[in-house]
Amino acid sequence: MPAPIRLRELIRTIRTARTQAEEREMIQKECAAIRSSFREEDNTYRCRNVAKLLYMHMLGYPAHFGQLECLKLIASQKFTDKRIGYLGAMLLLDERQDVHLLMTNCIKNDLNHSTQYVQGLALCTLGCMGSSEMCRDLAGEVEKLLKTSNSYLRKKAALCAVHVIRKVPELMEMFLPATKNLLSEKNHGVLHTSVVLLTEMCERSPDMLLHFRKLVPQLVRILKNLIMSGYSPEHDVSGISDPFLQVRILRLLRILGRSDDDSSEAMNDILAQVATNTETSKNVGNAILYETVLTIMDIKSESGLRVLAINILGRFLLNNDKNIRYVALTSLLKTVQTDHNAVQRHRSTIVDCLKDLDVSIKRRAMELSFALVNGNNIRGMMKELLYFLDSCDPEFKADCASGVFLAAEKYAPSKRWHIDTIMRVLTTAGSYVRDDSVPNLIQLITNSVEMHAYTVQRLYKALLDDISQQPLVQVSSWCIGEYGDLLVSGQCEEEEPIQVTEDEVLDVLEGLLVSNLSTPVTRGYSLTAIMKLSTRFSSVNRIKKVVSIYGSSIDVELQQRAVEYNALFKKYDHMRPALLERMPIMEKTASNGPTEIMQTNGETEPSVPDTKHLPLVTQPANQANDLLDLLGGNDVMPVIQTTLPTKPASAGGELLDLLGDLSLTGGPTVVPAPAPSVPVSQPPFLLDGLSSQPLFNDTSAAIPPMTAYSKNGLKIEFTFERANPNPNIAVITIHATNTTEADMTEFVFQAAVPKTFQLQLLSPSSNIVPALNQGSVTQVIRVLNPQKQQLRMRVKLTYTHKGSPVQDLAEVNNFPPQSWQ
Amino acid sequence: MQFMLLFSRQGKLRLQKWYVPLSDKERKKISRDLVQTILARKPKMCSFLEWRDLKIVYKRYASLYFCCAVEDQDNELITLEIIHRYVELLDKYFGSVCELDIIFNFEKAYFILDEFLLGGEAQETSKKNVLKAIEQADLLQEVCGLCPR
Repeated sequence: MPAPIRLRELIRTIRTARTQAEEREMIQKECAAIRSSFREEDNTYRCRNVAKLLYMHMLGYPAHFGQLECLKLIASQKFTDKRIGYLGAMLLLDERQDVHLLMTNCIKNDLNHSTQYVQGLALCTLGCMGSSEMCRDLAGEVEKLLKTSNSYLRKKAALCAVHVIRKVPELMEMFLPATKNLLSEKNHGVLHTSVVLLTEMCERSPDMLLHFRKLVPQLVRILKNLIMSGYSPEHDVSGISDPFLQVRILRLLRILGRSDDDSSEAMNDILAQVATNTETSKNVGNAILYETVLTIMDIKSESGLRVLAINILGRFLLNNDKNIRYVALTSLLKTVQTDHNAVQRHRSTIVDCLKDLDVSIKRRAMELSFALVNGNNIRGMMKELLYFLDSCDPEFKADCASGVFLAAEKYAPSKRWHIDTIMRVLTTAGSYVRDDSVPNLIQLITNSVEMHAYTVQRLYKALLDDISQQPLVQVSSWCIGEYGDLLVSGQCEEEEPIQVTEDEVLDVLEGLLVSNLSTPVTRGYSLTAIMKLSTRFSSVNRIKKVVSIYGSSIDVELQQRAVEYNALFKKYDHMRPALLERMPIMEKTASNGPTEIMQTNGETEPSVPDTKHLPLVTQPANQANDLLDLLGGNDVMPVIQTTLPTKPASAGGELLDLLGDLSLTGGPTVVPAPAPSVPVSQPPFLLDGLSSQPLFNDTSAAIPPMTAYSKNGLKIEFTFERANPNPNIAVITIHATNTTEADMTEFVFQAAVPKTFQLQLLSPSSNIVPALNQGSVTQVIRVLNPQKQQLRMRVKLTYTHKGSPVQDLAEVNNFPPQSWQ
Repeated sequence: MQFMLLFSRQGKLRLQKWYVPLSDKERKKISRDLVQTILARKPKMCSFLEWRDLKIVYKRYASLYFCCAVEDQDNELITLEIIHRYVELLDKYFGSVCELDIIFNFEKAYFILDEFLLGGEAQETSKKNVLKAIEQADLLQEVCGLCPR
């Protein structure tokens, strides 16, 4: 059998292939030759063959038949074989396959080999791909090598130890003694890897962290030497001495100084020194500055140092290098919560970054801009952000629109400005607006009483222009339905009133019903709007006709509505005016801001009496003992519907359903409520990255939150607020999170309270609790406690987890006294 | 660092170093998707991007893209320096390195990488020491006789 062809020759040959098919043929031929060579157990050429196999593997061809051969190479005495063998193992084997365990013995032997380069190969392989079993078996050898005086091996052993700790955290303890004098090494390789090892240990164990805190002075000294020492050719990068080591030390200092005043103070000077003396003309200097800024912001540094750090970031923002700008925006995003004022100073630069060409920079600039919006800069910022919304890529539009709505809600200087801003978003990015914005906007419009005429007029005009953007169409049709009378009356204070007849309005609405552009939801809105106009317009006959036509619509939803409206005309005409009357002002639930929406606008508002929402329907209790036992039955006791007209709705639960089509506060008497569309009860994910809780939490600061339930990975926390103005009402927001790896779907939270209380449960934010704490479900509970008795609650949780339904009952007794006193 | 990929402008993989356990299929999928994403980026764009839940740092040197996936806490700017250091090492070793050198001597490229990084972290910050180690190892290979090529 002729000698197998050499590696280089194979590579050359394969590269001459002109088509994929030709290449495949060559590969197959060579693979066949290699396979027979393997079968013959040819020791001489095994190395060559495996090398060729690795090349073919890189091209994407299967090479699993070479796995065992790699193991044979590793076991060989020849260094060449071992080199290729270990490389092959790292490329072809992975810890999921049992085959890799066969390596363990070889590695063990090689770790004790007489040649350091063989030991190095073993350490490298173990440190790159060692499985937990291998790590367990070989940790002792690694620990031994960590104590050797050979710096070539010591540095590798340190990183290998890092890998072992990552795979088997329990083994961390055994490396502790060996770390004793790691930092006294002169060799930079050992120093660098030691710092990495110490960092890993401190990050994983608070005890280790405490133990290693005493190293801070030594680390500071090493860093100082690096900066002060003259030119050292071996470690120099563009005039900076060993930047890799500097960055790593800064990172370790960050971890050690976090939440510890003494350590933070000990590093103050060196941080200031690095921050001011590092050369910034090249990337490497900026890399060190970046790490320094991260450290300054994370430890308990004095304010002067923090300002210095933010100014560095500000300078970064002006740097020509977009990488630097990107990094600056990312860091500013992290610090905007804690050092808000300092970041505000750089606002104009940040806003300029909105015009950057790079997508990542634009996104960061957008997030940061929203974080910087406040009452003072709202007008200017909104102008920039709306301009951005116009011109940005579609992937940004949804987030930007949500951000604009949120900011407008919090800081709108006037009602008119607010409505105008909303109009602008709806007309420019209407199709990207999130579905839950529609109910939010409707509520906002409802509550801006004196702007109704202006709003409906503008929305009507927008509809005339364009009916393709569904959120806009939905809001518009709802408003026309509500305020159509204002529209035709020709009165508008804010701008020139338009002259429009009832028929024209009905034409537009009917147009929506038939248009192909309208979604079923939109059609539902239009039909209801038309119906509502029956009490506001005089052309009732026309409306009756439209409604009866849709009684035979194919769309079940429309059909149901039409049939019910028909019934309303025929049999319940006496109830029609009451049912279709103006919507009352809706209470905003669990808003982000510290105040109700009415108060954030710069105008006075009639305050909303909220006690009327509470004592609606209460069902008689039927148990002897305090805590109602109804959770064992079907429904939860006083779970009540809000914001519906107070006329008795006993005539038709389904009618209530109809008018609740906004799903603002969920379905009628039964919990769980269907669509999760409670007006913003938690920040949209846009700002989630910035803070894990709502920006302003002042109202609940007085009453500490509590964990009400924690079992099987489901944790439910209660946070409290006092509802203004009634001090007898406690507003509790539940936050349900899930630490397991599977989502909890169809999640339903039910609650019951003793007889002397009244309970109102609003819609949940969703009914899926995402896995691994990736999000939470929130729901608001209002408890009326006029007798100021101790609050107790029984909760029932049902959800589906990994396919099986789960149900649990629990009592919550640990309410803080402030919540019911 | 979770992995490092080197690929050409046509999307051909020249080197792949994985520091996290993934099956061959998963590696192929990740490589394919990531390579496509990066090749689609315009030249003026920033060297960093978020991809899936990873931070990607990449830089183009002549016809080769050097791409690393790093963790959240890692410093992107210093990762650029790591990439640059690796290129310098290759350059010193091969003498004005070009893509062909890496194609024909891919195993050497791996050996050099494995002397510079271990488990995703830099093990040696001195260029001289890395090259010295490679030189010695190469000598050892010569001395023991048979070579693969």
